[in-house]
Amino acid sequence: MLELIVISTLNGVLFGMLLFLMASGLTVIFSMLGVLNFAHASFYMLGAFFGFQISRWFGFWPALLIAPLLAGAIGAGVERYGLRRVHRNGHVAELLFTFGLAFVIEEVVQIIWGRSPVDYRVPALLDFPAFTIFSTNYPAYKMFMLLVSIVIFIGLLLVLKKTRIGLIVQAALTHPHMVGHLGHNVGRIFMLVFGVGTALAAVAGVIAGPALVTQSNMAELLGPILFVVVVVGGLGSLPGAFIASLLIGLVQTFAVSINGSLSGAFGPLSAAYASTWLADIWDVTIAQIAPIIPYMMLVLVLIFRPMGLLGTRDT
Amino acid sequence: MRKTLAMTVLALSVLGTTAMPAAAEETVKIGYIDPLSGGGASVGEVGLKTFQFLADELNAKGGIQGRKVEIVPLDNKTNPQESLIQAQKAIDAGIRFLTQGNGSAVASALSDFVTKYNERNPGKEVLYFNYAAVDPVLTNAKCSFWHFRWDANSDIKMEALTNYMKTVPSIKNVYLINQDYSFGEAVRSAARTMLAAKRPDIKIVGDELHPLLKITDFSPYIAKIKASGADTVITGNWGQDFALLLKAAADAGLKVNWYTYYAGGTGGPTAIKQANLDHQVFQITEGIANIDNPSSQEFEKALRAKYDFSLFYPRAVNEMRMLAAAADKAKSLDPVKVADALEGMEFDVFDGGKGFMRKDDHQFFQPIYISSFGDRTAKEPFDEEKTGWGWKVVAKVDTPSTVLPTTCKMERP
Repeated sequence: MLELIVISTLNGVLFGMLLFLMASGLTVIFSMLGVLNFAHASFYMLGAFFGFQISRWFGFWPALLIAPLLAGAIGAGVERYGLRRVHRNGHVAELLFTFGLAFVIEEVVQIIWGRSPVDYRVPALLDFPAFTIFSTNYPAYKMFMLLVSIVIFIGLLLVLKKTRIGLIVQAALTHPHMVGHLGHNVGRIFMLVFGVGTALAAVAGVIAGPALVTQSNMAELLGPILFVVVVVGGLGSLPGAFIASLLIGLVQTFAVSINGSLSGAFGPLSAAYASTWLADIWDVTIAQIAPIIPYMMLVLVLIFRPMGLLGTRDT
Repeated sequence: MRKTLAMTVLALSVLGTTAMPAAAEETVKIGYIDPLSGGGASVGEVGLKTFQFLADELNAKGGIQGRKVEIVPLDNKTNPQESLIQAQKAIDAGIRFLTQGNGSAVASALSDFVTKYNERNPGKEVLYFNYAAVDPVLTNAKCSFWHFRWDANSDIKMEALTNYMKTVPSIKNVYLINQDYSFGEAVRSAARTMLAAKRPDIKIVGDELHPLLKITDFSPYIAKIKASGADTVITGNWGQDFALLLKAAADAGLKVNWYTYYAGGTGGPTAIKQANLDHQVFQITEGIANIDNPSSQEFEKALRAKYDFSLFYPRAVNEMRMLAAAADKAKSLDPVKVADALEGMEFDVFDGGKGFMRKDDHQFFQPIYISSFGDRTAKEPFDEEKTGWGWKVVAKVDTPSTVLPTTCKMERP
C-alpha cells in the first residue's frame, strides 16, 4: 500500500509539473490577451515533433534548446501577424482563429510526420533506472523531466517577481488597459508573452515526447485538460495554475489506483435492481471514472467559485 | 436561382447514378473502413497496406472473375458514427464489399447498418467482411447474414488461452487489464468465468478497464499491478494501448508473464524487447511468421521485402483469398451469391491446415496458435520490428477444438 502511495505521488507530481509547464503559458496569455488559446496544446505537439526531428540530426540536448526556441518563434509570429490582426474583430474572432490554428497545425504535422507514432527515444545518457523503491524502478528520465519542470518554474517565478519586464507583465495581468495608458509597448509585450508561453509548451513537448507517445493526436489528448487547469487555478494566477496542475496530476493518478465503488462501500444492490441501469452506476469504480474527474472539478469550480482557486478576477 | 440550383442537383444525381455502375463494372472495389488518423492510425495503416498487398496478389493472378481488385481507404477514426458516414460514402460510390476490423463497437454499428441497408435496398446488397473485431456478440445474439468474421472471436481465443494456462502451475495471481468497451468487457468476463471453471485455485487480484486509446502514460496502472502482487497479466489491449502499457511496465521494471491477444501489433514487439521480457509475453493468434509452412513463409518474405512490417493479419489473407474462391464458386461477384457460396465453405488456411466458415453464424474456424516472444533458434527464421527476437509456437489448437456453440438465429433473405 505504501509502495502504491509513494509511486503514485511521484507519478502524480510529474504529470502535474508537465501540465504546469503548459498551463503557465496558457494562463498568462489568457489573462493578458483575454483569449483562450485553443492552439496552445498544438505548440506542445510541435515541440515534441521538433524535438524528435532535431534530436535525429543533432542529438537530444541541442533539441531541448532549439525546439522550444523554434516553436516560440512560430508562436510569436502567430501573435504578431495573426492574432493581432484578428483582434480588431473582437474576442470571438480570436477564439475561432486559435481554434482553426489548432487544426491547421495538426494537419501540417500529419503531412510531415505521418499519423503513426514516431520513434522518439529517451537519450541513452538518461536511459537507466534512477533508483529502486520497493522493488519498482523509477526511470532516470522521469527524474530529469521533474528537474527541468522545477528549474523552469523557479526561473519563471524569478523573472516575474524580480525583473522589470516581469513587473510589467504582472501589471498587465490585472490592469491590461492601464499598462497601455502608461506608455508601454503593449503589443510587444503580448508578442513576447505569446512567444515565451508557446516555447514553454514546446519544452513540455520535447521532454514529454520520449516518455509518453509522440503522434499527431497528442495535442487533442492533452488540450482539454489544460483548460481545466487554467479555470481551476484561477485566471492569470501562476501560483493558482501551479496548485491546480499538481492537484489534477495527483487526483488523476490516485483515482486510477482506487478500486472503491458504491457497491464496495454500501454492499451490492438488491437482486431487484441488479440488472437495471442503476447497477452500472453502483458498480463503476473510481479508477474507471478517473479520466472525467478533472472535468467534474471544472464544472464545480465554475459553479461555486468562478474566479478559480487563487484567481482575483471573475472569468 | 433556386431553379438553376434544383436543375444542377437533378443533373448531378442523374450523372451520379449513371456514372457509378459503369465504373464499378471494371474493378471490384473493397471499402476499407478503419482508423487512418488518431490513436488507432498505426494499426489501421498496417491493415490498409496488408489489404493492398493482397489485392496486388490477386491482380497478379488476373483478379477476381477477371476483374481487377482495388482497396478504397476510408478513415473512420475508430468512431462508430464516422464509420457509418464512410460506409454510406462507399456505397454511394458503388462499393459492394466493406471490410473493417478495429473496434467491436464500430463492427457492431456497421453490421446493423449493412443489415438495415440491405433490407431497404434489395438488389443492391452490400457485404461486410470483419477481419479483426472479435466481440462474441457479433456471431451470437447480434449475428447477421451480411456479416462474416475471419478472426476467432474473443471467447474462442480465451477458451484456447485458458486451456493452455491451466497447464502452467506457476500461475497463481492473475491481473486483468482491458480497454473500456465491448471487446475489453468480453475479454474480462470470459477470463473470469473460464479461469474459475478450469483453475479455481487461481486468484484474480485485479480487474481493470481503462479508456480506449486515450492513455499516454500507463505508470499509474503499472504501479497498481505491482502492488497487487500479480504474477500474470491477461490483456486484450491493442495498438498504442498495448505498446504503451508494456513501455510503462519496462520503465518500472515490472516482471510478470503477459497473456495477450495482440502483442504482435505495431510497437508491441519493440516494447517487449525494451522490457527485456524474454519468452514472457504470450499471444494467441491464427498464425505467426515462424510457423513451419513453406507457402506462408514465402508470403512473409515477399511482404517484408515490400514493406517494413511483418504480416499481422493472416486472417486478412484468408478473407481475400476466400472472397476470390467464393466468387469463383458462384461464378459471380453478386454479393448475395458470394454470401451463399461463403456459407459453410471449407478452406486451406494461410498458415496450413483446414478451416471452415460456419453456416450457422458466419464465424470462421481455423487452427489457433499460442506463441511467445523472445530469443530465436534455427527453427524461427523471422524476427519482428528489427528487434532480433521472434515468435515461437508454444501450443497449437486444432480447428475442431476451437468450435464453440453459438446462439445465433440467422435470418436469411
